[in-house]
Amino acid sequence: MNWEAFWLTVRLAAIVSTVLIAIGIPIAYWLTYSRWRWKFLVEAAVALPIVLPPTVLGFYVLVALGSRSPLGRWWESLTGHTLAFTFEGLVIGSLLYSLPFAVQPFAASFGAVDSSLLRASASLGHSPVETFRRIVLPLSKAGLVTGFALSFAHTLGEFGVVLMIGGNIPGVTRTISIDIYDQVQTANYSSANQTALVLLVISFVVLSVVFGLNRSGLNRRPWMAGPWK
Amino acid sequence: MEVKIIIPAPQSALPISSELEVRVRKRFSNPEGSFNLNVHFRALAGFTIIFGASGAGKTTLLDCIAGLTDPDDGRVAVGGEDLYDSEKKRNVAAWKRRIGYVHQDLALFPHLTAEENVAYGLHGLSAAGRQTRSREMLGLFRIDHLRERRPAQISGGERQRVALARALVTEPRALLLDEPLAALDRPTKSSLVGDLRRWNQQHRVPILFVTHNGEEVFALGDEVIMLDGGIIVAQGQPHEVMRAPRLETIARLSGFENIFNATVLALHEDRGTMTCRLGKDAVELETPLVRADVGSRLRVGVRAGDLLLATESPHGLSARNILPGTIVRLEQRDVIISAAVDCGGTEFEVHLTLAARDALGLGLGKSVWVVAKTHSCHLMRM
Repeated sequence: MNWEAFWLTVRLAAIVSTVLIAIGIPIAYWLTYSRWRWKFLVEAAVALPIVLPPTVLGFYVLVALGSRSPLGRWWESLTGHTLAFTFEGLVIGSLLYSLPFAVQPFAASFGAVDSSLLRASASLGHSPVETFRRIVLPLSKAGLVTGFALSFAHTLGEFGVVLMIGGNIPGVTRTISIDIYDQVQTANYSSANQTALVLLVISFVVLSVVFGLNRSGLNRRPWMAGPWK
Repeated sequence: MEVKIIIPAPQSALPISSELEVRVRKRFSNPEGSFNLNVHFRALAGFTIIFGASGAGKTTLLDCIAGLTDPDDGRVAVGGEDLYDSEKKRNVAAWKRRIGYVHQDLALFPHLTAEENVAYGLHGLSAAGRQTRSREMLGLFRIDHLRERRPAQISGGERQRVALARALVTEPRALLLDEPLAALDRPTKSSLVGDLRRWNQQHRVPILFVTHNGEEVFALGDEVIMLDGGIIVAQGQPHEVMRAPRLETIARLSGFENIFNATVLALHEDRGTMTCRLGKDAVELETPLVRADVGSRLRVGVRAGDLLLATESPHGLSARNILPGTIVRLEQRDVIISAAVDCGGTEFEVHLTLAARDALGLGLGKSVWVVAKTHSCHLMRM
């Protein structure tokens, strides 16, 4: 069991899912309430990482981070080194890779808040942003927890994007799934089995927590009974 | 039947603080098709009832006033301040309008307690100030004991009170109520209306009260605006507007239990009346004269409460319509008796008191005479 790779992966997943709360909420807000006619294009773009081969995503991110792109050059002038093959680069790639797993549950739960509550809030003198903060967010707890957990679990198991952007540098970019691949390459099956099992168990536990919360705690709120649907 | 509510007389010495002016055009759809809401009215402090069937455009109208939907054009002003004016390209956002709006489904915030719901609309006050104000309002609406409860933990009538208290605590410049009493029983209704009136004696704001219930129109009383298909079809005091319906939808709503097809048989212009035949039967009715030709077809509406029953052929009566018939059904509803009387193939519904039933010894199969004054017969276009 490679604990260095394990903790690196957990750190990556924790950072990515936390940052996705911060950037996923505004994106989901926009997707829920915007009436822009071309909104569906943005929806499609956000969902793209679900269907795109991770290597394709990883390839484009690698190009975007490289020293030939404006972003890469800006980062280089700031820090003195490129983003590719660094932990920060991995974070950026993973953010894109897990974006839909955060944004979609967020947007679904925002959209499920009864619009008459939003209208009532407006009539009581609250701006749309204030209404979002005081009414929509508290009523979307279940969706926020789901989005956080799904993006955490999804980042935990990524392989293709990491390999393209980060390579395989121990302690910097070698994540747990790459470690498993390495062990299989060197015919170290028992070690690979051990690591894979840990990943399997963690993923199962995270998803069980999500489904358990959605079933009993957050979605079936006692006040959801009655005339509020 | 009318609901009697004891209403304290308004204190006329207080100045009128605001007036609502509404001139709105807006295309809207209901299940029957697409309509143009096109209304123009002023509402002074006190109740103005917006009355109409579902789909008449009532909620669309309130949404336009509250700023929750944009009219196609027009003007909405309260207390002289423009909230919407298509000519001046002015459109104040809903949350800056200070218009209280209680929605049909109340829309209480499910994650907040009753007190938090009421305090939600209070701005620019300290936490202590918000608490004082919202507790005052909870007290006024007699729901102080519920302040820690969530909406799902209280009854329908109590939720209605919370919703009203939440809208009123913000001291709105006008109040929009969308069928706020629809789900309540009668005693709860009248006590809630009493609380509302008490509040408005001090605040003197226009209250637009939407309903499709004729009883509420009489009970609340002030000015009625009747809406049908998006336009105002009648406006005035409840007894003027409700007694002489010109549209059948309104007749049904305002409690005309008897509505029949009729054919004009003869016009008596000298007497101001005409004779109509009901349905295909031999029953003839003398009705007020309207502009119609002999042979043309109309609808006649008669309130069940305006009809009399006699057990002997009456004579020496001023009423012109005396129709022999047989009682085919008797039902008790609350404290009134509804009798169905078959007069030569046309069935009339007649409402009587319990005492009248007993005094006349009414029972199934009994021969009776249905008596209707000419002016109890209201004519409507087909």
